[in-house]
Amino acid sequence: MTLLAMRDVACRRGDRWLFSGLTLSLSAGEALLVRGRNGIGKSSLIRLAAGLLRPAAGTIDRHGAVALADELLALDLDRPLARALSLWARIDGADDHAVAQAMERLSITHLSDVPVRMLSTGQRKRAALARVAASGAPIWLLDEPGNGLDVDGVAQLGQLVADHLARGGAILAASHTPLPVAAGEIDLAPLTQTETHAPDDEDGW
Amino acid sequence: MSLAPLIRRDIARAYGSGGAWLPVLFLLLVATLFPFAVGPDSRLLGKTGGGIVWIAALLASLLPVDRLILPDKEAGVIDQMTLRGHADEMIALGKLIAHWLSFGPPVMLAALPAAALLNLSSETLARLEIGLALGTPALAALGLIVAALTASLRGSGALGGLLALPLAVPVLIFGAGALESGSGAAIKFLAAASLLLVAIAPFAAGAALRAGRE
Repeated sequence: MTLLAMRDVACRRGDRWLFSGLTLSLSAGEALLVRGRNGIGKSSLIRLAAGLLRPAAGTIDRHGAVALADELLALDLDRPLARALSLWARIDGADDHAVAQAMERLSITHLSDVPVRMLSTGQRKRAALARVAASGAPIWLLDEPGNGLDVDGVAQLGQLVADHLARGGAILAASHTPLPVAAGEIDLAPLTQTETHAPDDEDGW
Repeated sequence: MSLAPLIRRDIARAYGSGGAWLPVLFLLLVATLFPFAVGPDSRLLGKTGGGIVWIAALLASLLPVDRLILPDKEAGVIDQMTLRGHADEMIALGKLIAHWLSFGPPVMLAALPAAALLNLSSETLARLEIGLALGTPALAALGLIVAALTASLRGSGALGGLLALPLAVPVLIFGAGALESGSGAAIKFLAAASLLLVAIAPFAAGAALRAGRE
């Protein structure tokens, strides 16, 4: 079953064409890793997949709920971590058990009562991943999921991702480091040759 | 997937952070200072006091504007809501409900001691409270529209005031007009202006949220 399908998608930010002609499909149990240099449009691709950006061309179909972990934490900084996470769990219709389990899996249970603003970079990344894990959404969109994580954190991320895939979920991740699980790869570099779409492209950039 | 948890969270944050009490303090401060400025003539105070409370309420409605949308936009909360299939208009509606609940009732409450400080008659106070009950949703709606419009701009506090105040003039005119006895027409106009602003706000603020995401 296809959970996420993109056909001939093009992305433009302002006057700049980032990429075009991107076609991908993500089935249950599949993971895809978007590679490419900084600024090539990895994060934009994630936001396109999430429906937060409109494609300049092409179609994007999602079948099922989407959970997103990008550089924005989306947790209330003045609230204790467990309560900040349970806000999203309640909106997603998940129970507090799902939150507790996700926190357990990312080793942040001991931070339950700590206000989110006191957390370190790595702990915040773990919190964002816990928010995604507790959501119960089949499609996970992860932007640089390994950033800021220590060795244990990367291992836990790998386990989390593997379990999600085994349960029939799908993952689209953008990263310049490999995912800790076997995943297909997309390189955006060949898709940035957009002569037909970029009549006013500036030189020298 | 419902808006209720987010509305509850917005209200809890407004009252918890003390933000909801800022307009109350502002209103009381104006009501306290005004008699010092014009002198303790109780007849004059009673005659002008209702209008002063209206002006104070209008200006107080601008205080929470920079906390309505911008922090949630920067934290990614609005992205996460959009991701869950909520239309921008629905997000704006939820914000409007939460904003009025943490702005309207405190202002109406603060009008009671303010009325005592300004020597308003009980009759004028009753009309003032009816007017505020009808008018504060309009002020909340304006605040939300301005907050959504200026969320993508830096340092836009003063701009917010410039945008909101002209639009708030009808609310002020009809609200102050409703203080006179036999002012049924003014109350109806106030209700109409309020209804219009509340009806427009989710769409205007929703469109601004959508435009700000591109």
